Amino acid sequence: MDAVITEQIPRLRRYARALTGDRSSADDLVQDTLERAWGKLHLWRRGSDMRAWMFSIMHNTFINHIRKKQLDAVSMDDEALEIPTRATQEDALQMRDLSSAIGKLAYEYREVILLIGLEQMSYEEVAQVLGIPLGTVMSRLSRGRERLRNIMAGESAPMLRRVK
Amino acid sequence: MNRKTQLAEDDLQAYVDGRLDAARRAEVEAWLLQHPSDASRVAAYRQQNDALQALFNPVLNEPLPLQMYPQARHRNFAQPLRYAAMLGGMVLSGLLGWGLHGAEKSRQPPMAAMVRQAALAHVVYTPEMLHPVEVGREQEQHLVKWLSKRLGSDVKPPHLAEAGYELMGGRLLPGSQGPAAQFMYQDARGLRLTLYLSNKPADKGEAAFRYAQEGKVSVFYWIDGDLSYALSGEVEKADLLRVATAVYQELNR
Repeated sequence: MDAVITEQIPRLRRYARALTGDRSSADDLVQDTLERAWGKLHLWRRGSDMRAWMFSIMHNTFINHIRKKQLDAVSMDDEALEIPTRATQEDALQMRDLSSAIGKLAYEYREVILLIGLEQMSYEEVAQVLGIPLGTVMSRLSRGRERLRNIMAGESAPMLRRVK
Repeated sequence: MNRKTQLAEDDLQAYVDGRLDAARRAEVEAWLLQHPSDASRVAAYRQQNDALQALFNPVLNEPLPLQMYPQARHRNFAQPLRYAAMLGGMVLSGLLGWGLHGAEKSRQPPMAAMVRQAALAHVVYTPEMLHPVEVGREQEQHLVKWLSKRLGSDVKPPHLAEAGYELMGGRLLPGSQGPAAQFMYQDARGLRLTLYLSNKPADKGEAAFRYAQEGKVSVFYWIDGDLSYALSGEVEKADLLRVATAVYQELNR
């Protein structure tokens, strides 16, 4: 039975790395997720989607880490307070800065963009994993991608919107 | 925003992710021809997806940290040991009364933590097909330099060809005494042994061979110089002792 969990670990690590932008925070997140999953394995319905189950556990663990301040993350609700940092020209050009650009997004956008763009989940799966309506997934996806594009483009002035 | 543009926004996202059927895809493409700013958004979003894949897919192939294997769960792995200790304690205290209980506790085998880590690393990494070692034997010089630097003392893999085992390579591991190293060997039948090295606990002097059994894994361990060694394998005690002796001789040559 442990094998069905172990099989998911590389994906969980990839997602966690992108989500936290940092190897050790990511592995902490994965480790805590695994502890929970091992402990709750009897609750998993055999034959149901293990990936969705594990990713929803990771989502809950991630939110917990943010609440406990183990992780630094801006929420959509804090965005009004967010002070945009001006990226350098070089930032926009180099791919490793994608990682720091993602870090500047509110975590609600980050999760949706990564589950779809990196993990390649369907929109319905993402709604299930995050426990939000499909419409919310779509609006976060649309806004998140546009924000990420602006950050990558170096926060060019006309795109700096604070309206919701 | 009217209903039509809202619809177009969801379709545009689904178009980026390749999730539209042919008919709607054609509609979106027709729309994009008329709306260059949306077309450039589509291009940018697709680039985001590609860049995410390129940046993070390599994580999929990284070897897993030891503690992420189910075998590493404390409860699972330590259970037989703990029962044995408990049983031993119960028998002793039954025979000799509770007076000895405290003494028994403090007489726990001093190297138990190191032996367990060695056995755990053995069961986790020997079944690996793709990544049994981090650095292969073809880069032995580099392996020796790297591990010596991380452990802070001279570390080298003994050559065990005479005992029938070829070096495969090694890896760096976390240990209770700081960084630890594991060398892996294989015989002609594909049977694997591992040699685990870590800095010896500060309060321990040199120590002769001792034997321990951790689950299915047999371990011979000893202290030589500044390092403690543990040779692990799922083989008969006598066979393992023969190789352990070869390791010791080879390292003291």
